[in-house]
Amino acid sequence: MAQVPVTEGVFTWPSESPQLIGSRCVTCGNHMFPVQQGCPKCTGAETEEVLLGRRGTLWTWTVQGFPPKAPPYAGDVDPKTFKAFGVGYVELPGQLKIESRLTEADPEKLKIGMEMEMVIVPLSTDANGNEVVTFAFAPVA
Amino acid sequence: MTTEVAIVGIGMHEFGRTEGVSGMDQGVIAVRRACADAGVSWEDMQFAFGGSMAAGAADTMVSLLGLTGLQFINVANGCATGGSALFSAYNTIRSGVFDLGIAVGFDKHERGAFRVNTKGSGLGDWYGASGLALTTQFFGMKINRYMHEYGISQSTLAKVSEKAFRNGAMNPMAWRRKPISEEEVLNSAMLSYPLTQYMFCSPGEGGVALILARADKAHLYTDKPIFLKAAVVRSRRFGSFEVLAPSIALEHNAGPTVDASKAAFEMAGMGPKDMDLAQLQDTESGAEVMHMAENGFCEHGEQEFMIQAGETEIGGKFPVNTDGGCLANGEPIGASGLRQVYENVLQLRGQAGARQVPNDPKTAYTHVYGAPGISGVTILSR
Ligand SMILES: [Zn+2]
Repeated sequence: MAQVPVTEGVFTWPSESPQLIGSRCVTCGNHMFPVQQGCPKCTGAETEEVLLGRRGTLWTWTVQGFPPKAPPYAGDVDPKTFKAFGVGYVELPGQLKIESRLTEADPEKLKIGMEMEMVIVPLSTDANGNEVVTFAFAPVA
Repeated sequence: MTTEVAIVGIGMHEFGRTEGVSGMDQGVIAVRRACADAGVSWEDMQFAFGGSMAAGAADTMVSLLGLTGLQFINVANGCATGGSALFSAYNTIRSGVFDLGIAVGFDKHERGAFRVNTKGSGLGDWYGASGLALTTQFFGMKINRYMHEYGISQSTLAKVSEKAFRNGAMNPMAWRRKPISEEEVLNSAMLSYPLTQYMFCSPGEGGVALILARADKAHLYTDKPIFLKAAVVRSRRFGSFEVLAPSIALEHNAGPTVDASKAAFEMAGMGPKDMDLAQLQDTESGAEVMHMAENGFCEHGEQEFMIQAGETEIGGKFPVNTDGGCLANGEPIGASGLRQVYENVLQLRGQAGARQVPNDPKTAYTHVYGAPGISGVTILSR
């Protein structure tokens, strides 16, 4: 089964070590994600594309305990098979905090400050039978 | 020299679920009740500001209320729609353009968590597809971080809900009027850790209308005018942590609530210690806890003691969300901020019945917060 990204331009794919694609302000160095033109920090209008770090620390988190509404959600929404998933903000040093799915959903195993690493995870299957993938962060073993 | 502004009439349609009555009709009923309260007719209204998020353009209600030709301006400003309508009405009178007018908000939402329009919120389709476009996640993550930093307990979150449903039980206009114990709150389904089902409010229905007049003419309509001392709306600044954000800056900014609160106190010439009670945005119970500090009513972390000691109960030192808040009333977006003001007018008039705050409160505060990082504050006094 072929793997396709949930969208183009948000993370590098296919790749051995995928990275999120963000922007950096040419004027003040502020980082943004996803790519955007215009800097909310200094109001500068010029930004350049930048690949973001793959590792960081968990700044905060929650667990999505019920199936999100579909659309917009593309994953499993069947209450019988739905599996809760973690969501958090991961602080990438010197860059910014990224909101992301987490591969861990057990509150006992999620701790603010823990080391996290970016991974690619399956989300759904599209009409052509391809596996749709998105990004997530996983605890560093 | 600006004109002072008084609220001279209030009207509300019951919050909750009303089958067969559209959101717009609920707004119209609220307007009729506000007119009756002030002893005026719709023809007397010189202007109106109104809004809803999901129940239609407010200005079309003139075909139900009467085509009097008044200036009617629609307001659409997310969770601050009601607050923005009130801000606009307040300043219209303050500037001397008109003497008497109305702010109205109403709504009727589908059941379940809000379905986020990612495009309308400036977000890519991937964001919703990946399971990140839920406002409930933000609330879980914000309070989880806050509990970690300031030592707030799960029990305190549950006590906020318990209080809301107890107060709601005394409010004939509230949606949820059955007390729910702390234990039941803690044992309900975990929706977005650490927040359980009974710690969240639900989208709902309802309508509220407020009639405003020049303060020097308020005696024509009421013997209990309530003065609007401040009405402020603020948006977010760089570094604040807000709902539906794919990323946030490393720098920390306290957010729009702190800005709106400071500006409102400055405008009113008062401080947090001068307030006798408050209605604070409680989309979920953690929000009420955090908003107590963000609005200046305590230091971060002091809520743990205050709530455990019952200080925010109706008979406590500083009553918060006396009508049951969003938790017991639900959240019809367009009407929610105006509901808070409606409750404060009742409290300051001494007309809040079983939930009346004792010792004749003289001042009252409201605060609304919502997407995409917007806060509205009002200060009322007798
Ligand atoms: Zn910049």
